[in-house]
Amino acid sequence: MSAATAPREASAGSTAPLVRLLNVSKTFPAPSGAVTAVDDVSLEVRRGEILGVIGYSGAGKSTLVRLINALERPTSGRVFVGDDELTALSEKELRRVRREIGMIFQQFNLLRSRTVAGNVAYPLALAGVRQPERDRRVARLLDFVGLLERAHSYPEQLSGGQKQRVGIARALAVDPPLLLADEATSALDPETTADVLALLKRVNRELGVTIVVITHEMEAIRSIADRVAVMDAGRIVEHGELYDVFSRPRTPAAARFVRTVLRDRPSPQTIARLRESHAGRLVTVRVQDGRGFTAAVTRAFASRGVENEVVFGGISELQNRSVGALTYELRGADAAVDAALADLAAQGIEAFEETGEPGAGVVASPGHGSTRAGGEG
Amino acid sequence: MDEFIANLPTFWAAIGQTLIMVFVSLVVAGVLGLVIGVGLCVTREGALLPNRPVHLVLNVIVNIVRPIPFVIFLAAITPLTLAVVHTTIGVGAASFGISLAAAFAVARIVEQNLVAVDPGVIEAARAMGAPPVRIILTVLIPEGIGPLILGYSFVFVGLVDMSAQAGLIGGGGLGDFAITYGVQRYNWPIVYITVAVIIVLVQLGQFAGNALARRALRR
Repeated sequence: MSAATAPREASAGSTAPLVRLLNVSKTFPAPSGAVTAVDDVSLEVRRGEILGVIGYSGAGKSTLVRLINALERPTSGRVFVGDDELTALSEKELRRVRREIGMIFQQFNLLRSRTVAGNVAYPLALAGVRQPERDRRVARLLDFVGLLERAHSYPEQLSGGQKQRVGIARALAVDPPLLLADEATSALDPETTADVLALLKRVNRELGVTIVVITHEMEAIRSIADRVAVMDAGRIVEHGELYDVFSRPRTPAAARFVRTVLRDRPSPQTIARLRESHAGRLVTVRVQDGRGFTAAVTRAFASRGVENEVVFGGISELQNRSVGALTYELRGADAAVDAALADLAAQGIEAFEETGEPGAGVVASPGHGSTRAGGEG
Repeated sequence: MDEFIANLPTFWAAIGQTLIMVFVSLVVAGVLGLVIGVGLCVTREGALLPNRPVHLVLNVIVNIVRPIPFVIFLAAITPLTLAVVHTTIGVGAASFGISLAAAFAVARIVEQNLVAVDPGVIEAARAMGAPPVRIILTVLIPEGIGPLILGYSFVFVGLVDMSAQAGLIGGGGLGDFAITYGVQRYNWPIVYITVAVIIVLVQLGQFAGNALARRALRR
């Protein structure tokens, strides 16, 4: 098997996206009228990337990922994978396409009637790979995921993390260019989650497999995704490079997810609590990557005679760049504070006056990137 | 007891006839019921091959046949039995009737056990591009094999019961023997001995089924 040994050329160097969804909607009939799980979504998955799709349960992520391998057919819109337009193919042709797309699941979905090796061999048998080649490839795949010695175990004898590694080996058996991970780590404990995510990253980096990760855990996205799409009520409300979305979430839905893993702008509840002990104006400054950032902010306040104190926030690292937000309490004449904020804006530093109303209070914005949501890709 | 010993050759033959009836109908009803049961299972809404009309028709047929008391069913299908087996008495005719009646019971048992198979593994097989018939044969049935074996053991007991009832219409076997030599001649030892043999037969069947199911389930 070439996959476990040599990196795949980035699919013949093609720059066309591997997956393209065009205005795709999926509606399910329900007793209480139709339920729209996916609502007019357009999305691209680039070759060689890890795209994270995040959303709460019920946001439509699982349906979205099933549209990519045609386990679900869209109600309207078009789906392209590689050179195939899935929405134009027959069920028989779709089976061929599905063979070229790996998928792993939250509950692993291993065949209990087969051993670990039998599970990994299943898609190979489907693809017509004969013995002894099949056994050789099974062994190489199990070696890749570190489970060669468990080849003859049955799924119930494995831990959750091991089961998912078998799931990954099975999904990679036929060298698919694309892997779909549907909440693949949601049933695992944090440590095992990290192991499985590291393995997925290896699959991406070493084998060149494009991966779509569906999850409700921002931590999973943070640790492996290159780009992220935020889903809410069936729509992609925001998408872009991981760093951009984390450092400047544009929508309340994205901001909520970002807050689960790093300190961003304080929530309205936090602001209310801060208000109780801090009388001055509360202003949040977005951290920018690069040395001297906080010094520049402090200098802007000091030069206008504004007393300042950090009361909330934090700075984290993401893809080797600083990301985060710092909330300051500013004390001084209103005019002096306004002047200091104007200075920040002039330096391209983004600041928000925290009034406690979601989305309100932009007092200083460099004014770029505002078209990112939905407009890219 | 002397009478029993005198009829020992008939008794042995009766055991043989019962075994033939039970095993023929276990195979025929087993296969037929498996097909109908799988059909019922996969045509459900949201299943592998959802098909409302087919599901409805299968369901109605099973529901019509199942509540008919077996002895009445045997009498009712006499024309069909005559057409297929060319006689209405004997082991062949009885096996035909038993097979037909049992197939619908098997169908329900198969349906119930296969519906319980985790839809996730079916979805995984679909995601791997497996065609439906292959999924049925390599995923659906193997994943449900443990409960299926237990279900078939249950059916086996029912078949022994049915084969004894078939004695009423001259089907031969242990039921026929107990009625002809026991009940009708007020020879209660013969009745009890026959009943004891039937119980042993049932126990053996259930025991074998349990052992097989334990192996399939690996516990």
